[in-house]
Amino acid sequence: MNEPLVQIKNLKKYFTVDTDFLGRPTSVLKAVDDVSFDIHKGEAFGLVGESGCGKTTIGKMLVNLYKPTSGQIIFDGRDLTALSDKERRRCCRDIQLIFQDPYSSLNPRMTIGDIIAEPIIINKLLPSNEVESRVNYLLNCVGLANHQRNRYPHEFSGGQRQRVGIARALAVQPKLIVCDEPVSALDVSIQAQVLNLLDDLKAEFGLTYLFIAHGLNVVKHISDRVGVMYLGKLMEIAPKSDLYKNPLNPYTQALLSAIPTIDVNRKKERIILKGDVPSPIDPGDGCRFSSRCFKSFDGCDAVCPALKDMGGSHLVACRLFDEAAG
Amino acid sequence: MDSANNNAAAGKNAAALEKPESQLRQMWDSLKSNKGAMVGLVIILLLVLIAVFGKLLMPFDPNSLDMSASFIHPNGEHWFGTDQLGRDIFSRIIDGAHISLTVGLSAVAISLTIGTLLGAAAGYRGGKTDTIIMRIMDMMLAIPSILLAIAFMAALGKGIDKAVIAIGLVSIPEYARIVRGSILSVKENDYVQAAKVVGNKGPRIVFKHIMPNVLSSIVVRATLGISTAVLDTSALGFLGLGVQPPYAEWGDMLGRARGFIFSAPYTLIFPGVAITITVLAFNLLGDGLRDALDPKARKR
Repeated sequence: MNEPLVQIKNLKKYFTVDTDFLGRPTSVLKAVDDVSFDIHKGEAFGLVGESGCGKTTIGKMLVNLYKPTSGQIIFDGRDLTALSDKERRRCCRDIQLIFQDPYSSLNPRMTIGDIIAEPIIINKLLPSNEVESRVNYLLNCVGLANHQRNRYPHEFSGGQRQRVGIARALAVQPKLIVCDEPVSALDVSIQAQVLNLLDDLKAEFGLTYLFIAHGLNVVKHISDRVGVMYLGKLMEIAPKSDLYKNPLNPYTQALLSAIPTIDVNRKKERIILKGDVPSPIDPGDGCRFSSRCFKSFDGCDAVCPALKDMGGSHLVACRLFDEAAG
Repeated sequence: MDSANNNAAAGKNAAALEKPESQLRQMWDSLKSNKGAMVGLVIILLLVLIAVFGKLLMPFDPNSLDMSASFIHPNGEHWFGTDQLGRDIFSRIIDGAHISLTVGLSAVAISLTIGTLLGAAAGYRGGKTDTIIMRIMDMMLAIPSILLAIAFMAALGKGIDKAVIAIGLVSIPEYARIVRGSILSVKENDYVQAAKVVGNKGPRIVFKHIMPNVLSSIVVRATLGISTAVLDTSALGFLGLGVQPPYAEWGDMLGRARGFIFSAPYTLIFPGVAITITVLAFNLLGDGLRDALDPKARKR
């Protein structure tokens, strides 16, 4: 296995929901609560979970849109959380983001050529006479034609816009790209095209992906390893094949059982969870999933399990696998 | 990745590239195809010509009093009639054009510039900056604008230039509020975050990525602001703080004629029409400009 490109250590992001009259927080939303994982060079790390589980928050902390409450993001041997604003901005060039919604991620007042050229110009990556050829090259890389350079975003379809977003992310020659549900706003037929494009670009440019998605089926296509999140906590991390064959955490099992299948003869055991996702505001001390878990037992709502290595780099956070509790 | 590769790709496709039209050219083409905007533009050009060369067009001296000729109804000699002091209204409207235009445009320019900057800072920075700026704006809004303008004039002194500054300052909060509100909504768009991610700095994000997208509301407000500025100047003139008699100014003419609304309505109607046409012209042009600046509304 390659060396890690990013090490996320005990990362936390709390949002203050309400304060008392002195400005002290009275209720806190724990969007990301003590999450640690590594992303290795050249891999695609999938991060899945339902809406509001904090996966996008992790992505936005990586690209410096949010400041972590505590914890470390070690990128290429440097702790990003300890850098000054100026150094952080320079470092940011190495980590880019592809947005979920291709309709709001492109400035409607700029031509797509300007959108792609801007990162090159403001970071002074190339002399000005080479910018144009670089933009053409990037357009070709993502499957758009040079002559479309002077068009505006509204003249493109969702899939084409997403390609522009990808070209913008590639423009600064990043090492890591955070793909924040890049296909969930697209048609299924277009989804496959964009996923294949992302796969090709990864090989061509030697990229590393943090691939955020809310369904395991999209992640299955592109990821090498997968992390499953629930309500701000990582529940399980495993190599893709291992996770799909042998899910250990009850939440992962429930998620996998929800993937629709086209094989009508195969009898599938569908695990249907009771109730809704509890509020991430002031969650209790116990396992976040305990209120809905079909395998929960005594003490699950009091003790929060830590990630535990089950061998073969398969990590799981569940008391079922804690010898002390089991 | 290497530049040789780049150049090869660029060279191959150079022939297929459509000739890019300059942005300015595209905007002008769009503006030209907008009939309303062209009407507005023509009227504004005429008004400017009148303001500059008005002295040559006036049939009478706009300031000469002739009590024996007061309140003459519009006729072949006095096209728009005469006022209570026997002055030719047509000549006075021509004479007032340059003051009214200057007053309207410069007052709007003052409030637009300062209001936009303050609103942008408040909306984009948020937090304490926002609170401090917007509470000051609220304080200014709490005082009736004319009263506030009088207070400014008390500090600045008499005269039309001071009146313009006072009116400009008084309407800053309106622009600041509009700009702040628009920025707050545009700021949440992903493309603003994307601009941050690729390494843009604050001011560039505001002026390159946010401002163009809040332009439409500002343009509309500014064109309407011209009329308010003209009327506010007349109110100040009425109190003896703005245009000093005998000089003609449309708002001032309107203000002084209001006593004769029933006996001699033409003394009121013609200055009013002049103001309305001016405002309408700026409005039409403003609408056209807004569309021309928006690539989505621009006809190709």
